[in-house]
Amino acid sequence: MTKVLEVKDMHTSFFTYAGEVKAVRGVSFDVELGEAVGFVGESGCGKSVTMLSVMGILDEVGKVTAGEIIFNGKKLAGLSDRRMQKIRGNEMTMIFQDPMTSLNPVYTIGNQMIEHQIRHKKISKSEATKKAVDMLKLVGLPYPEKRIKQYPHEFSGGMRQRAMIAMALVNNPKLLIADEPTTALDVTIQAQILEVMKNIRKELDTSIILITHDLGVVASICDRVNVMYGGKIVETASAIEVYHNPKHPYTWGLLKSVPNPKKSSKEKLIPIEGQPPDLLKPPVGCPFTPRCEYSMRICEKEMPPEFKFEGDHRVACWLMHEKAPKLSLSSTGKGGN
Amino acid sequence: MGEALVEIKNLKKYFTMKKRLFSREHSYLQAVDDVDLAIMKGETVGLVGESGCGKTTVGRTILRLYEPTDGEIFFSGENIARISQKDMLPYRKRMQIIFQDPYASLDPRLLVKEIISEGMDKSLTKREVQKKVAFLLSKVGLNSEHANRFPHEFSGGQRQRIGIARALAVEPEFIVCDEPISALDVSIQAQVVNMLEELQDDFGLTYLFIAHDISMVKHISDRIAVMYLGKIVEVAESNELYNRSVHPYTQALLSSVPIPDPVEARQSKRIILQGDVPSPIDIPPGCRFRSRCRYAMEICGKETPVLEEIDPGHFVACYLTKK
Repeated sequence: MTKVLEVKDMHTSFFTYAGEVKAVRGVSFDVELGEAVGFVGESGCGKSVTMLSVMGILDEVGKVTAGEIIFNGKKLAGLSDRRMQKIRGNEMTMIFQDPMTSLNPVYTIGNQMIEHQIRHKKISKSEATKKAVDMLKLVGLPYPEKRIKQYPHEFSGGMRQRAMIAMALVNNPKLLIADEPTTALDVTIQAQILEVMKNIRKELDTSIILITHDLGVVASICDRVNVMYGGKIVETASAIEVYHNPKHPYTWGLLKSVPNPKKSSKEKLIPIEGQPPDLLKPPVGCPFTPRCEYSMRICEKEMPPEFKFEGDHRVACWLMHEKAPKLSLSSTGKGGN
Repeated sequence: MGEALVEIKNLKKYFTMKKRLFSREHSYLQAVDDVDLAIMKGETVGLVGESGCGKTTVGRTILRLYEPTDGEIFFSGENIARISQKDMLPYRKRMQIIFQDPYASLDPRLLVKEIISEGMDKSLTKREVQKKVAFLLSKVGLNSEHANRFPHEFSGGQRQRIGIARALAVEPEFIVCDEPISALDVSIQAQVVNMLEELQDDFGLTYLFIAHDISMVKHISDRIAVMYLGKIVEVAESNELYNRSVHPYTQALLSSVPIPDPVEARQSKRIILQGDVPSPIDIPPGCRFRSRCRYAMEICGKETPVLEEIDPGHFVACYLTKK
């Protein structure tokens, strides 16, 4: 398998009046060709900032302070804006949570999709129009020939998100980053969009990065899952491993705090008490320590290294150390799945 | 249980829309059309549906935050649908609401203690008020030091707790929870849901829990009502509704809930609804779901199905049950 994206020990900070906010603190991950990778975590854990850093679209105060981003064999750090613009929107595209604010309200959908292609490729307008119609058909928009002449306000939320996806795919990118693509949508529409994203993988072989806080959404699409907390990836494994054999207490907490509708008994939800850490003054040790039931003395003092397990399952938690007590989700006595 | 605390009958709420800017012609947005629902004392009823289906309007109309167009609202036996706002006052402190957005629902210029004590009995002394605020804050998992802070100093989850303390300050019997957790993070959602359950036990509260997250609604509710375009299409006890739903819309809605398990998620067959919810303005007669229904028959376009009891406590409005 070839790696489409490789991120190595990336740090991103925002330099604000209050001080340096270390939003991403040493994140490493790979995305392979045709793979769907999920990023899960609470708001403020750095999952969106990681992707904005990869795309090079951080706002003025944000800066990648260390680490490497290698896309398709090319190092992205230090590329000029012009070179970056050739990659962005062409080989690597991103869609956002709110499709209304990402579409230009004064141009028709078709206009925006055609402009997008002409900007990056030598293509005639009629060919570009045809491609746009094909893409809209692929994402399941009814009457695409009619729809490309319409403006974003004539579309419903679900249709706008479909149009966004079509627009992101029109240049056959290698990587599509979707930042909470279904959060603003109803469940029935969410199911439609997830189906569209599954089809894309089958038809186009595009790699997908999916950022979400909904564990159910990740479960239905992704091959690999990265769990983020406090600006770090705390656990990474195949989707099945993360749900059936999670090793980090934060992953346990996430899984236990959502009700599984398949269960008929009314069991109590187990919330994770407390609040996520303040990244203005990030903790020295493991960021999850104050909310962790199983924290030990070492957790406060030192960030745990990555412990590796079978099947490329990596966990940053001191509980995995050979001297630590052996715990697992099922042995915590509170049940799980 | 057994006695209904809140009961609505044939409740209608239409919003008038002008067809053109200066025209006299009106069209009606039928946000809530002929809804019947009874909420027993001490019970939690979940109200689910897609955005725009009128679930929030039902909640607000029960509280008379919106004036009902037609129909009756009984609160512990009294019809409050058409009484004046002045006569409504004694009922106001018996029913409260918790809003979705914890950022917009708290006055940024008031201290937490002012927010919470605003609705309290004016005959209380300063010390009594202070004591009560501290008590309420401890009930929602905050402490008395928080009373002298402003809302902006709190996180989303904490603000939602303040909103809940404010609702509890007047010692209500009935609380409309209007999407109280959808703006919060997953780990915080569970905190707030658990707290709502504890408070219900402590104060004997009755909830109408409005949300679009069906797995959470199923977790917290005794009974669930499913709404589609201003009408209730199915009502049943939560497990019954989840395991033996009858209405095609309920089935589609339930099957589109993502399951937090990759193996099950990949095995389960989804019913994917085509298209979007039609516009609620000038709805044609017949079943409102028929444009997206897999089983639509001829009769569905002619007559509107009404809620009928198919099993004890399980009501469905669909012609499929009659075949």
